[in-house]
Amino acid sequence: MSDFTTTIGLEVHCQLLTQAKMFCRCSTDYIGKEPNTLVCPVCLGLPGSLPVLNQKVVELALRAALALHCQILPQTLFHRKNYFYPDLPKGYQISQYDLPIGIDGFLEFYSQGVRKKARIRRIHIEEDAGKLVHEGAFLPPGTSGVDCNRCGIPLVEIVTEPDLSSPEEARDCLMMLRNIVCYLEVSDGNMEEGSLRCDANISLSSSSLTGVKVEVKNMNSFRSVYRALSYEVERQRKLLEEGKPVFQETRHWDEIKGVTVSARGKEEAEDYRYFPDPDLLPFSLKTEMIEEIKSGLLELPLEKEERFMTQYELSQGEAEILVQDREIADFFEDTLRNFNKPRMVCNWIVTEVFRNLKELGTTISRAKITPSHLAELLKMVDRKEISGTMAKSVLEEMFTSGARAREIVTRRGMALINDEKELENIVKEVIEKNPQSVADYLSGKEKALQFLIGQVMKETRGQADPELTRNILIKVLSSEE
Amino acid sequence: MKIEEFKDFTIQDYHHLLEEKKISPLELIDIFLERIEEGEDKIHAFLFVNEEKAKNEAREKTDNWPEELPPLWGLPVAIKDNICTQGMPTTCGSKMLENFVSPYDATVVERLKAAGAIILGKTNMDEFAMGSSTENSTFGPTHNPLDLRRTPGGSSGGSAASVCALEAPCALGSDTGGSVRQPAAFCGVVGLRPTYGRVPRYGVVGLASSLDQAGPITRKVEDAITILEVISGKDSRDSTCAPYPPFSRNEIPSLEDIRKIKVGVPREYFSSRVEKVIGEKIQEALGKLKGEGVELVEVSLPHTDYALEAYYIVASAEASSNLARYDGVMYGLRVEGEDLQDMYFETRTLGFGKEVKRRIILGTYSLSSGHYDEYYLKSMKVRTLVRKDFEEALKQCNLLITPTTPSFPFFLGEETQDLYERYTDDIFTIPSALAGLPSLSLNCGYEGGLPVGLQIIGGPFEEGKLLGLALWLEKLLALPSPFPELKEGRGQ
Repeated sequence: MSDFTTTIGLEVHCQLLTQAKMFCRCSTDYIGKEPNTLVCPVCLGLPGSLPVLNQKVVELALRAALALHCQILPQTLFHRKNYFYPDLPKGYQISQYDLPIGIDGFLEFYSQGVRKKARIRRIHIEEDAGKLVHEGAFLPPGTSGVDCNRCGIPLVEIVTEPDLSSPEEARDCLMMLRNIVCYLEVSDGNMEEGSLRCDANISLSSSSLTGVKVEVKNMNSFRSVYRALSYEVERQRKLLEEGKPVFQETRHWDEIKGVTVSARGKEEAEDYRYFPDPDLLPFSLKTEMIEEIKSGLLELPLEKEERFMTQYELSQGEAEILVQDREIADFFEDTLRNFNKPRMVCNWIVTEVFRNLKELGTTISRAKITPSHLAELLKMVDRKEISGTMAKSVLEEMFTSGARAREIVTRRGMALINDEKELENIVKEVIEKNPQSVADYLSGKEKALQFLIGQVMKETRGQADPELTRNILIKVLSSEE
Repeated sequence: MKIEEFKDFTIQDYHHLLEEKKISPLELIDIFLERIEEGEDKIHAFLFVNEEKAKNEAREKTDNWPEELPPLWGLPVAIKDNICTQGMPTTCGSKMLENFVSPYDATVVERLKAAGAIILGKTNMDEFAMGSSTENSTFGPTHNPLDLRRTPGGSSGGSAASVCALEAPCALGSDTGGSVRQPAAFCGVVGLRPTYGRVPRYGVVGLASSLDQAGPITRKVEDAITILEVISGKDSRDSTCAPYPPFSRNEIPSLEDIRKIKVGVPREYFSSRVEKVIGEKIQEALGKLKGEGVELVEVSLPHTDYALEAYYIVASAEASSNLARYDGVMYGLRVEGEDLQDMYFETRTLGFGKEVKRRIILGTYSLSSGHYDEYYLKSMKVRTLVRKDFEEALKQCNLLITPTTPSFPFFLGEETQDLYERYTDDIFTIPSALAGLPSLSLNCGYEGGLPVGLQIIGGPFEEGKLLGLALWLEKLLALPSPFPELKEGRGQ
């Protein structure tokens, strides 16, 4: 059995969050739009039309390049990448070639609790192509058409060095990359809608074998990146162990079958005949512009994660979950301003807040709850004015109605029952109804006590003071003996 | 009024007539439509005559005569068929775009219209502006109105012929390596190639993006000035257009200052390649200037001989990419095939003519990996050397004077026995195009009824000086404007 080293590099395309396309003023908001409604002579490549660079594109790409610690080239330009395809109206794609906007950067991330680093080879700007549409709503059966709404939408391509050594690492690296571009509002990072697309190069090597690079495409989620690369590791390992060669080729991930399929035959060695686009002038990035964007860069996910770990004494896992979404991280810190118990706030966010968001299918910024409202609720729990169970139900209402915790508690007449006499009566009723649990408890099964507490809570609709209930139960049960 | 009366008219003269209401836009358009009707059978300058719409527009203008007339109000203008005109064909002389109607106006057309001009029609040209005779037009050649057996030059041959025959008072052409100046020279009219970046390219169908410039073809230098004032100036839709205001005649120096201009005569442009008579005519004109006290200096442009090769490589490379969009998918010709590859193949095989294919192949080759450094990159370096030649020469003088072409208009059908020789016809117009400099061709005399073009080349954005000298020289030469009889039959 030989030992193989896995080597993976990523090529990630990110759609930039601009209002207008890269070289014209057409809107980029194309998802769900009728085909060919967001087009003009420029993005359709009509005879005589010319591109004019949207400066916002440069700004966003620069932001990403700086966040990835890239070296910014003082002068850069656009090339034409020439090839024929129906979704490419000009017959060439305007892209960057040997002078990309950024080179030699790096990206740090955590994978299975360990801090890792992937070098960034380059980041360049290019325009997106259109989409082929096959029969359906807009087309008669058996026909295909071209939808040019996506033509000319700005992209950055980020290429890492082959520094990743497992499918997990590749996935975690990609997640961090997505996180960064979302944080910086460079891209919305949506993989399902295709605003973030990832290809990977993967090879297996050993002390006696040099790796052969296989390119894997068509991975549309973090999960499929992980699955596709895991599949590819196994496929290549098997071949190598059997003494068979691995071919240098492009393979497509089939999500349904869970396999990669060779794209051979479709691919000839293409010569893109790159040359500087004479319709666009070379442009230089002024130091002041670079400095301005640099100083405007927000705290990046990893920095935030590490700050949360030290400042709020959270575990790496806890901090990681919070920073995955900048809005959640902000919500967390805003809540702390009114209720400074980081662990407790963190627990409530990652469990209850997340659950409510998921059920309502919304995001924190669109939800009706505010950080100060959550803080108010948690304060009440902390002061034992309401129980955790009550708080969960209150939170649910806060999410649906937008009302404040105190208001809901008052309206519902919810208050913690901390009258010993009253509780004792309820406890006695519960004990009477559950002789088996009582017996279990008495025979030493601690778990039975939790069950009985739960029953009291049920009786009181969660309004019993949990501490007090527990004490009374133990007291009454011990008198049963 | 009769067309003959307009023989020596400038745009300003039409303007005064209209201002004084001595003629209406409708009457004016009718006179030109009639002249077209009369001449087109022999000349074939137009691919499309905008008869109906032009008349409607003229009528509309006649009914709404404003107090103050914009500079080109009511003036018919012919447009080369590679300049986009909304709602009219823009074929580029190619089968590929035979049925293509542009949904938008080129910036230059927009500006002409805004100045009150009426688009008279679209003029014939070599397919995608590749050629110097209009014989590469899919729709048949244009005949030189001065001798119908001969070429009017190209690629803007239709524009030059229409202006020469007075089928149009003025026209727009486009110049990549000489396509405005050479036909102007062959037809005895004025052709101006502005500085690269002076006039917006938006809507001018790209042949070679780094070289293309639209420019006026007119009967008088004065008219080139008027048109340039209208069409030049920055354009937010063209990144390569300079961020300068439109050209103004105020930039033209006074005659007193023009007299002080030092004229450079590049020795490479007076080699044995030039037909003897042409050289003599240019010398005569230079002699006139000298007689007026203008200082002439001999200068050298040592890389002139390399410019031609560099031009054909750069222009073909850019063209091969610019013409990739004609693939049968979205617009223009489509020839169905068994599959996608086949459709591309059939469409481009049938849609493009021989010269276009030749240049696409040449351009594709020079951009291919393995050949890029040797051809494209090297040509770009030569281009820099050519530009430096002009910089050096223009340190010793203010303007250069050369012949526009080494020879007289050749006979139609004589074409392309020797392709290389045909390419060398552009030898004097190519270098200044490569350098992006403003250049103008002006008739400086006739020999056996055929005109001789004199070229003036200036420094970047120095159209003022250039046009100033051209105006004065035109006056000194005092040549009659062409007004051909059109008596001979076609192809005699």
